[in-house]
Order: sequence, then C-alpha cells, then structure tokens
Amino acid sequence: MAVRSVMSGRWRAAIALAVAFFLGVVAQRGGLIDQIGKYRGDIVFLSRQHLELVAISGGLAIVVGVPLGLWLSRSSMRRYAETIMQVLNLGSTIPTLAVLALAMSLLGIGVVPAIFGLWVASLLPIVRNTYAGMLGVPAHYVEAATGMGMRPLQILSGVELPNALYVTFAGIRTALAIFVGTAPLAFLIGGGGLGELIFTGIDLNEPGMMLAGAIPTALLAVLVDFAVGALAYWVVPRGVNPLR
Amino acid sequence: MIRLDNLTKAFATPAGPVVAADRVSMDVADGEICVLLGPSGCGKTTTLKMINRLIEPTSGKIYIDGKDTDDYDPVELRRTIGYVIQQIGLFPNMTVEQNICVVPKLLGWDHEKAKRRARELLETINLDPALFLARYPKELSGGQQQRVGVARALAADPPVLLMDEPFGAIDPINREVIQDEFLKMHRRLKKTVMFVSHDIDEAVKMADKVAIFRAGKLEQFASPDQILAHPANTFIADFVGSDRTLKRLRLVRVGDALEPRAPTVVASDPLERVRELMHEHGQKIMVVVDALGRPQGYLDRDVVANLSGSAAEHRASLPATVRVEDDLRTAVSRMFMHDVRWMACIDRDGVFTGFVSQRGITRLLGETYRASGGAH
Repeated sequence: MAVRSVMSGRWRAAIALAVAFFLGVVAQRGGLIDQIGKYRGDIVFLSRQHLELVAISGGLAIVVGVPLGLWLSRSSMRRYAETIMQVLNLGSTIPTLAVLALAMSLLGIGVVPAIFGLWVASLLPIVRNTYAGMLGVPAHYVEAATGMGMRPLQILSGVELPNALYVTFAGIRTALAIFVGTAPLAFLIGGGGLGELIFTGIDLNEPGMMLAGAIPTALLAVLVDFAVGALAYWVVPRGVNPLR
Repeated sequence: MIRLDNLTKAFATPAGPVVAADRVSMDVADGEICVLLGPSGCGKTTTLKMINRLIEPTSGKIYIDGKDTDDYDPVELRRTIGYVIQQIGLFPNMTVEQNICVVPKLLGWDHEKAKRRARELLETINLDPALFLARYPKELSGGQQQRVGVARALAADPPVLLMDEPFGAIDPINREVIQDEFLKMHRRLKKTVMFVSHDIDEAVKMADKVAIFRAGKLEQFASPDQILAHPANTFIADFVGSDRTLKRLRLVRVGDALEPRAPTVVASDPLERVRELMHEHGQKIMVVVDALGRPQGYLDRDVVANLSGSAAEHRASLPATVRVEDDLRTAVSRMFMHDVRWMACIDRDGVFTGFVSQRGITRLLGETYRASGGAH
C-alpha cells in the first residue's frame, strides 16, 4: 500500500514535470517567457507590495482574531460566541470584491481600504479556529490545572493555548491562503500588488503581462502556505503536534 | 489532620436548590487514607472538591492541621494540596518532567531543585528518569500516565493528597498493581489521603477509614472492618454486598490469624520423638523442616501412630503454603483449592512460622460479632 502510494506519487510528479516542461517549451516557442521577463522589475516591486499588503492585513487579522477567539472561549462569553461569529461570517460570505467595494466607498481609494477589506474577509477563519481549538481542550486539563493551583492566566497560557495551537494554526493558514489569493483584487481599489499586472494584462490582452502577475501570485500563495506550515510544525509543542 | 465540620453544599438549579453535601463532619488523622464511597451523585466528589475549594462550600468549615482553610487564598491553598483526577489530566503539551514540575514552579523553586525532585519522584514510581523525563504523555501507557499523575501531585511534597477515582480508568489487572504500588509508597510517605471511589473492594483494600455517602449525607464513617462487620443500616449493608464477611478476609493478614508457633521436627528425627512432641504440645500435625527452618512436609498423628523410622521416611508433602504477609482471602482461596483445613505459613525467607486453619480464621472473624453481642 505504502509502496504503491509512493509509486503513484512519483508518477504524478513525473507527469507534472513533463507537463511543465511541455508548457515551458510552448511558452518559449511563443516568446512568452521573454515577454514575462520584460516585467522583471515590476514583478519584484509589486511582489514586495503584495507581500506587504498580506503581512499587514494578515498581521492585523491575527492580532485581533486570536485574542477575540480566546475571549469568546471564556465560559462567561460562550453563549454569545456563536452570534458574534455569525456577524464575522458576513465578512467571509460576502464576496471579497464586494467587501473591497464597500471598503472603498467608506475609506476611499488606496492601501487602507484594501487592507481593511482583506482583514474583514479573513477574520472569521482565525477567530473560529482559535475558538474551536480552545473548546477542543478537554475540561479535565483545566480542572487539573485549577486543582494544582494555577491561576486563570497561567492556565490560559500554559495549558489551554498550547493545546489549542494546532487548530488555531490551521485557521491562520487558511486565512493567509485567502489573503494571498485575493490580494490581487486590492489593485482594483488602488491598493497595488501583483493584481496590477494581472488586471492590466487582461485589459490590454497581453498574456505575458498577465502571467507575470499570475505566476508570482501562485508561487507566493504556495510559499506562504509552506512557511506557515513549517512555522506550525516548529511552534506547536511536540506533545500535541500530530505531525511530530 | 483534616477536619470537616458541618460541610454543606447546595447547588441552585431551575427546580430549586439541590443539596449535594449535607452537614458532613469527619476527622481524618495524619497519614490515614480515607475513602469517600457511595453511588454516583451521593456527594462524595462534591465533598472532596470542597477541600481544595474547587467547589466553594455553602456553609461549614474545613480545617487542615487545625487551620481554617477559609483563611487562605484558594489558589495558594491548592498548591499545598496534591490533586489527582480520574482522567489523570497530564498536560499533553508538556513533557513528564514539565508536568511534574508544575507546582514546584508555581511555588518558585529553582530549576535545578525542581528537576532533581522530578527525577527522584520518577524513581519512586519505578520509571527510569533517563527514559521518561523527556517523554510526552501520549508516549506513555495508561498505567504509566497514572503513576506520573500521582508523582505530579506529590511534587511539592504536600501533606494532603486528594484523589478523585484515580484508578477508575485503568484496566483491572493494572489497577491492582498500581493500588499496591500506591499503598507501598503511602506506607513510606505517610500523606493524609482523601480518596473518592465507588468500588467497595478498592475501599476495603486502600482505606484506613471509609466514609459512605448517600444523597449528600454521610451515612457511616468507620474502619473498613467495622463497616463490613457492622454496617450501620440496610443501605450500607446492601452497598457493601451480601458477601461482606468474605470481603473482611482481605483486611486481615495471615500473620494475624497465625496459631501459636508450633514445634517442628527435622527429617532425621525418629518417629518416637515426633509422637512425644505431638503429645506434649497437643498437636495433631507436625511440620518437618530443613536446617534453615523451611518446611519440607508434615506428619499426621493418626498416620504415624504405629509406625517406626525417621520423620523423613514417612512425611507427607505439603499441598500448599501461604506467606505471613498474604491476606486471609489468599489463604482461604488456597485452602479451598487444595481441599485442606489448615496450611503452613512461611515468612519472606521461606521459614516456617506457624499454621493458619479454617477454624482459626472463623474464630478471628467472629470475634467482633461476639464482642458486640449482635448476630449479623
């Protein structure tokens, strides 16, 4: 069974490689790679801008979302938790483009409404996963901790949070994937980022320009996801980390 | 010493207040194990949790070593009381060492001292520190986790230990082993232990005192033997079971039921000498021992009455022996198994120390009934 899955994994990798090679040949033939190469300067500049957008709105979403999730998981707050999360859910349900449009009508054009829009769209997965992770910590850990004379904050930081961390990280990972993927839309309200190349490329019917935006976006998404995964692997204590 | 004085807890429910513990009073002496026993919902766990104030009493007082626990901050109080729960509750994000060091750390011990203590405790519970200190709870078996749970509760050397069905989740075979280990450790450490259980056999095995609860009320508080021999009412009699006299067998060591040390003979003694000794001591049975005093067989008066020769030639082999530190249940079980009315007892070194007989056991168990004049 294991051997077979490794084999099929190898086959899949080989096929993917072949397809990529074939596409590469086609792209080279059509002069696409040269076209993309033309935008090297733009790619570097816009990638940085893109990452800044993601980092700022992502950072804000984590800074607000994790504490909010922790707060909602306190026994005094639990009965309001679902209601509050239904409100946050609006941010994820409404299409991101609409959120951005609404943000623009409130905050005008530029980076700020873009960051705000992305922040709203990704708050829910972080809050919900933090909350779910905290609820998933069995009550008897808290009882044992209380019985041993730990204070509420010590229980939160020493017992509850480390045991919820794995689930919380899953939420952060989802949120950041949303960020990188939807950040190109920020261009539409003047937020900059790789969306500039993609949308301009589409408008001008210039596939090279479009791909110069699209391929780095895809790579960034994969990279960020990988980075968060690696971070989770090392940050979540070994005893509660199913991967280690 | 732990003293509970009219301890009461009433929970407010939509259907009106429910009294979970109703004026519970008891004294548990230093170094004793007190088992709180009863069916579920009887108030035993509530009573236990009031001692470390996980549940605040509605009224009544708790004194530990004469000091009113109301005078302490509950959190500080808990750090001086060991606490073990049924689910064990080892923190999965911490290693065994970190788990054990939780309370020492809270008390501000320095790192080296705490670490030393963790090592020492692991040795006490028969887990190799080199192997186990760095392990995570998920890498331990259930029994090992339970041992570490007890070690963690003992980390700061608290005088009092509260245990809420600590061995309830362990399979029967391991439970016996862990109970024995705990008792052994307890004999050395002499903590005052409050222990919640719903298992009468566990209570009989572990307890110096048993407190039986029903519907929040303390129904009887006495030694296990007293409860088994003289249950205060029909509820307790039913709860401890119709075989309660048999359960008492567990409480008595063979050594306590031993008949006065009988004379012995060695293999080379002639039968004339054997008969003489039997007559002199009024013994029907004479055990043959070797040079170190270990039993080799026995001679029956009726069998050797008209024979001659040495003890070695005519001795019959002993069907079974029992050790002085075994309980009477083991002895009786072995007697039934081999269909005998008496057995030779040996000490740790295998040296013959005397007889235990069915008549002797019956007489010993009956003493308490005769003393109270009742026929239970």
